[in-house]
Amino acid sequence: MGKLTWHAFPFNEPLAMAASVMIVVGILAILALITSKGWWPYLWREWLTSVDHKRIGVMYVLLALVLLLRGFSDAIMMRTQLAMAAGGAQGYLPPEHYDQIFSAHGTIMIFFMAMPFMIGLMNFVVPLQLGVRDVAFPVLNSVSFWLTAAGALLVNVSLVVGEFARTGWLAYPPLSELAFSPGVGVDYYLWALQISGIGTLLAGINMVTTILKLRAPGMTYMRMPVFCWTALCASMLIVAAFPVLTATFGMLLLDRYAGMHFFTNDGGGNFMMYVNLIWIWGHPEVYILVLPAFGVFSEVIATFSGKQLFGYRSMVLATLGICVLSFMVWLHHFFTMGAGADVNAVFGIASMIIAIPTGVKLFNWLFTLYRGRVRFEVPVLWTIGFMVTFAIGGMTGVLQAVPPADFVLHNSLFLVAHFHNVIIGAVLFGAMAGYYYWFPKAFGFTLHRGLGVVSFWCWLVGFYLAFFPLYAVGLLGMTRRMQHYADLSWQPYMIVAEVGALVIFCGILATIAQLVISIRTRDYRRDLTGDPWNGRTLEWSIASPPPAYNFALLPTVDSLDAFWVMKQRAAANPPERYPAIEVPRNSANGFLTAFFAVLSGFALIWHIWWLAILGLAGAAVILAAFGWMERTPVEVSAEQLAADERARRLRVVAA
Amino acid sequence: MLARSAAGPAPVRIVVGYGFWIFLLSDIILFSALFATYAVLHGQTAGGPSGQELFGLRHAGIETLCLLFSSYTCGLAVLAVERRRVSAFYLCFALTFLLGATFLSLELSEFAGLVARGAGPSRSAFLSAFFSLVGLHGAHVTVGLVWSIFLVAQTAYRGPLDYVRRRLLCFSLFWHALDIIWVALLTLVYLMGAR
Repeated sequence: MGKLTWHAFPFNEPLAMAASVMIVVGILAILALITSKGWWPYLWREWLTSVDHKRIGVMYVLLALVLLLRGFSDAIMMRTQLAMAAGGAQGYLPPEHYDQIFSAHGTIMIFFMAMPFMIGLMNFVVPLQLGVRDVAFPVLNSVSFWLTAAGALLVNVSLVVGEFARTGWLAYPPLSELAFSPGVGVDYYLWALQISGIGTLLAGINMVTTILKLRAPGMTYMRMPVFCWTALCASMLIVAAFPVLTATFGMLLLDRYAGMHFFTNDGGGNFMMYVNLIWIWGHPEVYILVLPAFGVFSEVIATFSGKQLFGYRSMVLATLGICVLSFMVWLHHFFTMGAGADVNAVFGIASMIIAIPTGVKLFNWLFTLYRGRVRFEVPVLWTIGFMVTFAIGGMTGVLQAVPPADFVLHNSLFLVAHFHNVIIGAVLFGAMAGYYYWFPKAFGFTLHRGLGVVSFWCWLVGFYLAFFPLYAVGLLGMTRRMQHYADLSWQPYMIVAEVGALVIFCGILATIAQLVISIRTRDYRRDLTGDPWNGRTLEWSIASPPPAYNFALLPTVDSLDAFWVMKQRAAANPPERYPAIEVPRNSANGFLTAFFAVLSGFALIWHIWWLAILGLAGAAVILAAFGWMERTPVEVSAEQLAADERARRLRVVAA
Repeated sequence: MLARSAAGPAPVRIVVGYGFWIFLLSDIILFSALFATYAVLHGQTAGGPSGQELFGLRHAGIETLCLLFSSYTCGLAVLAVERRRVSAFYLCFALTFLLGATFLSLELSEFAGLVARGAGPSRSAFLSAFFSLVGLHGAHVTVGLVWSIFLVAQTAYRGPLDYVRRRLLCFSLFWHALDIIWVALLTLVYLMGAR
């Protein structure tokens, strides 16, 4: 069994053991519930093997929400530790534990919370906004999702079997080399991210192809909704950045498994090469996350102001500008490398320039609000909260783009406060706005408004309480990733931050309660029209939830805000008949590929070579079967389409 | 006249070819990370042998000829199958395979020779970068060879149907991309390294 022995299980660590047992029992309970209710056939047929982009999008978001809970429990454990461990007190988490927790927190929140959330929203929304029936490669889409889920599973397996990396979320060598991290933690990190990274890359390729090659008739580039533009730019960044991540991790894996010398201290290795490469992926990654969020805000602000988005063209250009610039600033993550004043100046100036297109966007949103009939629905609250918070986070970012200032602030809690300021303030707020905004489209009923408002205020207030003290204490000299500190004057800040984390926790509870209550009262909150917000783009022109084929007839687009313009015109008579269409057949490919990926990932982590070969062979067989089969679609008949459309029109009239 | 971008969803052949092409671009970026690493580490021999001592241009030249000609025959094979000239397709595709296999065996013999001289991938950072960069290209060629057998079986079994020809199109894109990478590799590793 390779390196795997009974010592891998945390029998003598009560805290870890309790958590492990809880997780295992929880998973078993869910599986038992599904089995006893006889839900497996339904789950398998409708979800696990679904290649419908809407279902896959929903599963991505669900994965993100579950891992938000995991990532947040890491966060609150860290905050509690730091609120306690001042001066003589050591807190309750030993250093080797604390190091795993902050590594897992960053890894999970970026790769398995923020990424799936954004990719999920893109998956669900983009084909609907483009007026088409699915993404370019539906089966590949399912493979992408399941590979992401496989990576997430591996990270969480490390909680029970073995350990996670203690190296921080980017696993810098030489610390992450075999000489200094001989355990399986770094291997869990690397294999989980390799597997999910391939999934993300495939998702990016799929999305770029969809947006560039599949759009409704008349949907020229300059008639695409801004969310599609941001999805396109984020996906292009995925295609351009994720291979670098794969290559970098591949080299570190070769160092660890084959004794090579890419990043080692000896043999001529150069660990700064790793740092450069990882940030050539890492900085675009920031924009992969935030651009779709910008897209969400653009949609929300236009819809709820009842106006066309101000400065559509400048918005598109700003998005493209950010897309290009994001590849030219990676070095600002390590000005302290010692590249010299010239190099640092170039990268510092490039970093500051990004603030210009971002500022353009901010002003466009403000001008869209100006003289609009703004309806303060929950997504608008998130958007306004974002504008204020992100402006502050952006300013602290520009501050750190000045190399001399960065030398002082590097690796301090000021930096930690800054990136949480922009990632929570933009990515998370955008994700939550999009979740509330498109939820009725996905499920056919709206979410509870009051609890949405509560969740927003808890997150907003909690965020400021949790992270503004970190700016201050960072300036006082507190560095990141400390398990304990001697200076008692820092403790009050840490206690306020802990309170902030608790307020955020209330926001998360409100979100859960909102979901539960909304589901229970769904009969009172049905969206019969398919257009609950008086929307402007094509996704609102069809039923909620949309049928598997999305559009019975592909719409013809002749302007921006296509659905808004259609609504202004006299209603056209429904067509006499609908030509039959084809939808792709379900496929178990994604699920099975991920199954074998987990198997081989786990085997490689624990050096169980026979199992690794078995897993890879299994994956190869699935791939070969996929390549051999002729894929026949399922036909949706003309009668079925006509009946669906009649039913939809009746519902609209009734509402 | 309707703008091209307003024409509605593209036909399947375009979508598949385009998507695969985007994938190949991502693959080239994967290589570029390794190229950059090689460029940074190629002097880091840690007291071991350098490129000057190890690389022979004659070997690399023969490999290059094999790969470039295999690309040519691959192009002919795809043209043949588009015109439904199945036997010409088999002939050209078989040549593609043979040339690719020759390339791979030459590369493997070079690797085996290096390892036998004590210049394996764990000897120095330079050799780690060399073996990974060249080996990754070799791994791609290997995948291509397996894939080509698969495609021949499919063509024989199903005939040159639309979807089979789409898959052949993807293969030829892949094979040409490997050429492009090899040309860069030949220049950076062998031509610049052997001097």
